[in-house]
Amino acid sequence: MMSTKALGIGPALRRTALIPRHGGAIQTESLPPSANDNILNKQRLQRPSSPHFTIYQPQLTWLGSIANRVTGAALSTLLYGFALAYLVAPTTFDSTHIIELVHQLPESFKYVVKLGLAAPFSFHAINGLRHLAWDTGKFLSVKGAYMTGYAVLGASAVSTVYLTFFM
Amino acid sequence: MLSASSRSAFTRANHLTRSFATTARAAQAVQKPVLEKEFKIYRWNPDEPSKKPTLQSYKIDLNQCGPMILDALIKIKNEMDPTLTFRRSCREGICGSCAMNIDGQNTLACLCRIDREGSKDTKVYPLPHMYVVKDLVPDLTLFYKQYKSIQPWLQNDNPPAHEHLQSIEDRKKLDGLYECILCACCSTSCPSYWWNQDEYLGPATLMQAYRWIADSRDTHGAQRKEVLQNEMSLYRCHTIFNCSRTCPKGLNPAAAIAKIKLELATD
Repeated sequence: MMSTKALGIGPALRRTALIPRHGGAIQTESLPPSANDNILNKQRLQRPSSPHFTIYQPQLTWLGSIANRVTGAALSTLLYGFALAYLVAPTTFDSTHIIELVHQLPESFKYVVKLGLAAPFSFHAINGLRHLAWDTGKFLSVKGAYMTGYAVLGASAVSTVYLTFFM
Repeated sequence: MLSASSRSAFTRANHLTRSFATTARAAQAVQKPVLEKEFKIYRWNPDEPSKKPTLQSYKIDLNQCGPMILDALIKIKNEMDPTLTFRRSCREGICGSCAMNIDGQNTLACLCRIDREGSKDTKVYPLPHMYVVKDLVPDLTLFYKQYKSIQPWLQNDNPPAHEHLQSIEDRKKLDGLYECILCACCSTSCPSYWWNQDEYLGPATLMQAYRWIADSRDTHGAQRKEVLQNEMSLYRCHTIFNCSRTCPKGLNPAAAIAKIKLELATD
C-alpha cells in the first residue's frame, strides 16, 4: 500500500482490482481522477427520489398537520371567495338573498351543509389553540403532541355536533 | 500499531467463533419449525437507470436469523442476493448508517426488531424523499452540507486560558441535544423537509443549531440566531412532530426547534 501510494498509482490499481475478470477478456480503461466527477454527475442526474408520503406510516402527527392545512385553505377559500363574489355582484350575494336561498333548502340538505362547515371550522380553530400552546413552549413532547392531538379531535367532534344540530 | 494488530487478530478470532456458532446452530436447528417471513425491499440499480425502482421480495426463515431487521438484511445479502446494497456499520445504534424506512417508519435497521408475525410482510424503503444512490442507500450530501452550514463547533471570542468551566445546570441544557448521531431519520420523516429541503434546514440540523445556541460556553448565539431569522431556514417547521416521533435515539428535535422560535420571538 505504501509503495503504491508513493508511486501515485493506488487509485488506478484499486479501480482495476474491482473489475471482474471473465477469462481476461475485459478491457480496462485508465481514467484521470477528474473523470470521477463526470461519472458521478451523470449518475446524479438519473437518481430517482425515494417514495415518501405514499409509504410513510399514517400517524396522528402528520395527518393532523395536513388536516389543519387543508381545512385552513378550504375555509379561507370560502371566506375570500364569498367576499369577492359579494364585491362583484352585491345584489346577488347580500344577506336577504342568502337567507331566502337557505330557507328554500330541504332540512336534511341544510344539516349536511352545516356539518361540512362546522367540522373544518371546529378542527381548525381548536387545533390553532394547540399550535399557540406549542409556540409558548407547552406540550412539546411526543406524548404532549398525542395527548393534545386526541383532545383536539374530541373537542372538534363535540363542537361539530353542537354547531350542526343545536345552532 | 501493536494494539491495532492485536485488535484485528481479536476480531478475526471473534469472526471464527461466530461462524462456528452459526454452523453449530444450523445443525442444531433441524427440529426448529420454519418461520417464513417475506421481506419486500426497494431496489434500484444505477447501472440500469432506465429500469424503474421496484420492490423485490425475499423469503427467509426467522428461526435461522437474528432478531433485528439488519440481521435479516445481512442474511439476505450473504445467502440470497449479494447485490442488495445498504449501509451498516456498528449494529448497535450509535453510527446511524443503517437508517431506513421500515414498515412506514424511519428508524435504524439495527435497533428495529423483526415483527415475528410470519403472515405479514415487512416493507423496507430507503429514507423518504431522498435521491437514491443504490437500493437502500440515499444521497446524504445535502444533509451533511446543511449540518456544516450551522457551524457545528464551539465559538468563543474570549476563551479562558485553562478549562472551560460550565455549571451543572448549564451542562444539563445540552442533554437530549448532543446525543444526536445524524442518522437523518428525523429530517427525512418531516413533510416540510420533503417539500423544501433545498432551503429548509430540517429537524436534525436545527436541533444541532440549538445545541450550540444553548451552550453557555459559546458566545456566538446572536450570530447563530441571525442566520436562522428568515422565512425558510427555520420557519418551515410547522410543529408536525414526525421528527420526535421517529427518532431512534428518543430525542426531541421538535422541542429544540420550538425553543429556537421562542428565543427568536423574544429577542
